[in-house]
Amino acid sequence: MKLRKWIQVTWPLAPIVAALLVTSLILILFQTSPKDALAAMIEGSFKDTAKVLQVLAFLVPLLLAASGLLVTFTAGLWNIGVEGQIIIGAIMASWVALKIDLPAPLQITLEILAAMAGGALWAALVAVLKTRGGVNEIFSGLALNNLAIILTNYLISGPWQPPEGGTFRGTQPFAENALLPLLGESRFSPLSLGIALLAFALVVVALRGTFWGLKLKALGKNPRSAFLLGVSSEREVIFALMFCGALAGLGGAVRVLSWFDSLRQSISGGIGFLALLVVMLASFQVYWVPPIAAFFSIVLMGSTTLHIRTGLHPSLGGILTGVMVLFVLLFGDYGKLFTRRKKIPSPVKEDDAHG
Amino acid sequence: MDNPDLLLKQLSSIVLNASPLIIAVCGETITERAGLINLSLDGTMLLSAMTGFIVGYQTGSLWLGFLAAALVGMLFALIVAFGSIRLKQSQVAIGFVLTLLGDDLSAFLGQNFTRMPGSFVMKAGIPLLKDIPILGPIFFNQDPVVYFALLLVIATWFFFFRTQPGLKLRGVGERPEAAFARGVKVNRLRYLYALVGGALVGIAGAAYSLDVKVGWSEGHIRGMGWIALAIVIFGGWSPFRGAIGALLFGATKALATVLQRTFPQVSVVAFNTIPWILMIAVLVVSASELTEKFINLMPVSWRRPLRRLLRVSAPLALGTRFGED
Amino acid sequence: MRIELKEIRKYFGAVKANDGINLVFEGGKIYGLLGENGAGKSTLMKILSGYQPPDGGQIYLDDQPVRFKSPSQALRHGVGMLYQDPLDFPPLRVLENYLLGRDARLVPNVGKARKELQELMDRYGFTVDLNANIDSLSLGERQQLELIRLLAGGAQVLILDEPTTGISAEQKDLLFGSIRRLTHDEGKTLILVSHKLDEVQELCDHAYVLRRGKLVGETCVPCPTENLVEMMFGQLLPRSSRPEFVYRPPETVDLVGAKLPLGDQAPPAALKPVVELQHVTLATYHLTVSDINLAVQPGEVYGLAGLEGSGQRLLVQACAGLLHPEQGKLLLAGQDASRWSYHKMQAAGVSYLAAGRLEEGLVAGLSLKEHVVLSLPRHDFMVDWKSAEKITAQRIETYQIVGRPELTVESLSGGNQQRLLFGLLNAPLKLVLLEHPTRGLDVRSAEYIWQLLYKRREAGTAILFMSADLDEIVERSDRIVVFSGGKMSRVVEANKTSVDELGHLIGGQV
Repeated sequence: MKLRKWIQVTWPLAPIVAALLVTSLILILFQTSPKDALAAMIEGSFKDTAKVLQVLAFLVPLLLAASGLLVTFTAGLWNIGVEGQIIIGAIMASWVALKIDLPAPLQITLEILAAMAGGALWAALVAVLKTRGGVNEIFSGLALNNLAIILTNYLISGPWQPPEGGTFRGTQPFAENALLPLLGESRFSPLSLGIALLAFALVVVALRGTFWGLKLKALGKNPRSAFLLGVSSEREVIFALMFCGALAGLGGAVRVLSWFDSLRQSISGGIGFLALLVVMLASFQVYWVPPIAAFFSIVLMGSTTLHIRTGLHPSLGGILTGVMVLFVLLFGDYGKLFTRRKKIPSPVKEDDAHG
Repeated sequence: MDNPDLLLKQLSSIVLNASPLIIAVCGETITERAGLINLSLDGTMLLSAMTGFIVGYQTGSLWLGFLAAALVGMLFALIVAFGSIRLKQSQVAIGFVLTLLGDDLSAFLGQNFTRMPGSFVMKAGIPLLKDIPILGPIFFNQDPVVYFALLLVIATWFFFFRTQPGLKLRGVGERPEAAFARGVKVNRLRYLYALVGGALVGIAGAAYSLDVKVGWSEGHIRGMGWIALAIVIFGGWSPFRGAIGALLFGATKALATVLQRTFPQVSVVAFNTIPWILMIAVLVVSASELTEKFINLMPVSWRRPLRRLLRVSAPLALGTRFGED
Repeated sequence: MRIELKEIRKYFGAVKANDGINLVFEGGKIYGLLGENGAGKSTLMKILSGYQPPDGGQIYLDDQPVRFKSPSQALRHGVGMLYQDPLDFPPLRVLENYLLGRDARLVPNVGKARKELQELMDRYGFTVDLNANIDSLSLGERQQLELIRLLAGGAQVLILDEPTTGISAEQKDLLFGSIRRLTHDEGKTLILVSHKLDEVQELCDHAYVLRRGKLVGETCVPCPTENLVEMMFGQLLPRSSRPEFVYRPPETVDLVGAKLPLGDQAPPAALKPVVELQHVTLATYHLTVSDINLAVQPGEVYGLAGLEGSGQRLLVQACAGLLHPEQGKLLLAGQDASRWSYHKMQAAGVSYLAAGRLEEGLVAGLSLKEHVVLSLPRHDFMVDWKSAEKITAQRIETYQIVGRPELTVESLSGGNQQRLLFGLLNAPLKLVLLEHPTRGLDVRSAEYIWQLLYKRREAGTAILFMSADLDEIVERSDRIVVFSGGKMSRVVEANKTSVDELGHLIGGQV
């Protein structure tokens, strides 16, 4: 009994222990000391201001997308299309950056609004396909992700190619007034962090404090009961997806206007998918998202230093975070119950659906 | 401008390039027909491609390479199946994480083997058959991977629609309670076919690194797993249609480059979008009431075949859990 | 084959579904198994056919004790059950459905199976298109196929669960013909689980009656229907005497606030009904109920009696806006509401409480407070949690719910969940629709719930409820209608009816 209680208390740490074990094993396989690797990663994120700013710059779009996903997950939706929504946001911001020239504050505002609108509409496609077309949002999201990538490639190599010719690397760099103001030599825009934190706060308020958030919560937990209580699922699904799309699009704008200075091929950098992992690791708990997003940023940015120092591939960071999420997904419940309740449901469903 | 020889060459190249995809599609079709979605295809294929290549490289044996790749595929499928059936967690979530993990693992574990020349499957034309005009060079003057893919399609079709175990598999995916009532051990079969499907997906990954796209590099075949998932859908969970889908996919890519020369204005992009638009179109059409109305407008004798063609429906119990005593 | 059930017991928690049942079934005979809802008939047959193991007791086939681990094992021993919703595979073709699980070989012999199937169909006079997909067949055809499959699988004992609900008259005649042939000519045993007394009289040789998990009677059939009715329903508790409720609309006042003289007020009799159905036909895949005519006055309590699956639920759902009439009109306070959506009905003052408290009513994972907020008639953009807390506390007090505002609903007991569902109802309401309002509740909670409902009558709320408990129907209703096999009976006054009359109506004799 004592053992059981002890395990129950320390269970939240289990994912990271498991992940460290797995990565250590892999490192040993590659004849590198896990301690050295860990040191390199931490150094890679905290050593000097430049590194810290890099982490922050990566964090911003991740936090934005994860905040948006909190909303869709609450509604019980699998918004795999978030990656595409980021990309479209980046595309819209790029469009404004390339085609319109206004003084910086106006320019940036317009870019942000365009990005949010683009992301929201791209997500609305998923929503409409789901509510009117009966298409599962996972598949429509997948398709739209790929379509967004194809669109990006087309724009970069075609209409928006830089003057020296299309090389599939990116468009020409945007004008100074179109970019977000950066801190020093880094890629970090303090303004974007402020916006991200604001967005997160907005999501918290929306989910906890608005009636809409409550409706989404009911919808996600029991769509039938929610319907009978008066919640119109179609409308809420559309709003939830558009809300997430807007935030994701905003993240795309941040990527294209600060991390990069032009529209690139992998503009979203897999951040959409990472954001899904962040929210899953946070077990969909709102307040865990920022710290876990920060953790992801630290680990992933640290991996690049690891690469420089040891020559090892930076994907180690992804392995670490991936194993953690897998662990939580598979065994997360055990911490809560730690008793495997053996249910014996009747294999034949009671059929009381007749008159 | 294209002489017949060149055309034949291109067609045969399409078949070659589509073969790994065909194998993956057959594998995932089997898994999904049993009611399980293995969303980890992209990661599985990357990891198994890497594994297949490295094992083949280190041991010099292609067979071992393919075997290792199959084992990797089975491992990932087992995690998804176990997590879903025993631990009662979300298949989608687990599959999704594994996709990303597979990518990262393959990049890391394979980092010392990138861009190395490795052994690969040799071409082996089938005597006599390869001399048949047109069909010969396209289908029968290929390497064993292609033959495997083609045989697999036929075997899978036969398995599904002509054998008792295949019938039971389909029953499990459509209505597990009824299958249970007929004496079928539902969850055991789900494990089994998840493993079978996973093994095939693993083989498909190795089919890239050991044959179609020889060698290994980071992100080698990234994206192919997602495409396989799409093809399973617009192939209507049926091996032949899936194979045609895979061939069509290969064809559109080839077609794109060809047409690019003749119509420079029409962009390559348009063709790349086709598989995805097709997938959505199939899903919409099959779920829509309009389709049913359309079918009812047709003469009666057409209705049943039309319905079988258009109402492509997912196995009814896909993604659901079954609680056995 | 002789089947003996000895001391069969099955418990679901505290509920004794089967409480020591002893039955014998001889070969070549047709047996009827009768009983109200919850009597234990389905449970018992599921045990006999291998779907569930008993908690106690033993099954003997020809004096050999047997233990079935699965339905297919039972079938191998010769016992097969045909469900009301046959366990077949809708997307598969008829032949595939027949073959699944039958032929042990790797490649089944399709030609042989086709011949076999056709022969069996011919023998019993069934005509089903062998090339069709199961989901394009009618319920009756699916039943026929399942019956054949069981026979081909070697069934000597067939259990049919409510087979005649949802099939056409011709299919019923065909079915009965084949049943007679199977038993009297071929020596098989047939057990018919049914509540349709006239059919049992027509078809069966012998009948067993279950009530509350026990065998309460057996008789040869045909026999006087009163006997069957009395065994099924026992004696009804006498209805508590109370004055007849008459709804009095609030006194009308003129513009200045002075009360209008009595003569200018609308006489009670000319009040418009709250909900009215005119020649309404409701249809689902399983069941069609035709020509429903009903008018419910303000303050009236209507009880819908009848066994599960007879059509009451369709009526309740139609009034809620969840099922639209195929024909006819549904009027709400005089307006044509036939095509109104559920949410529109809800906004117009119709409340629906489904039977499954946690499946279709409450959201597990949400707190009492959150439920209250969701059910409030007016919603601001931002939720005022403080005031919600207060309102929830008030409701907890008023409805005597054992719980706190911040608790999640799944931690409440069944009785308290039901009280919460009532506590979520707003006022004023035109119509409250209830499916099994006191199912699974203790007597005290049930009594309390009804007091709450009666209070609402004074504001003019009409109440339409369905229940499997005949005592509850008789005790609580003003008026009763009985559903049997998709037909609605005449309206019966609750304070003037008898168990005999109700039993007859439930049994299908109008």
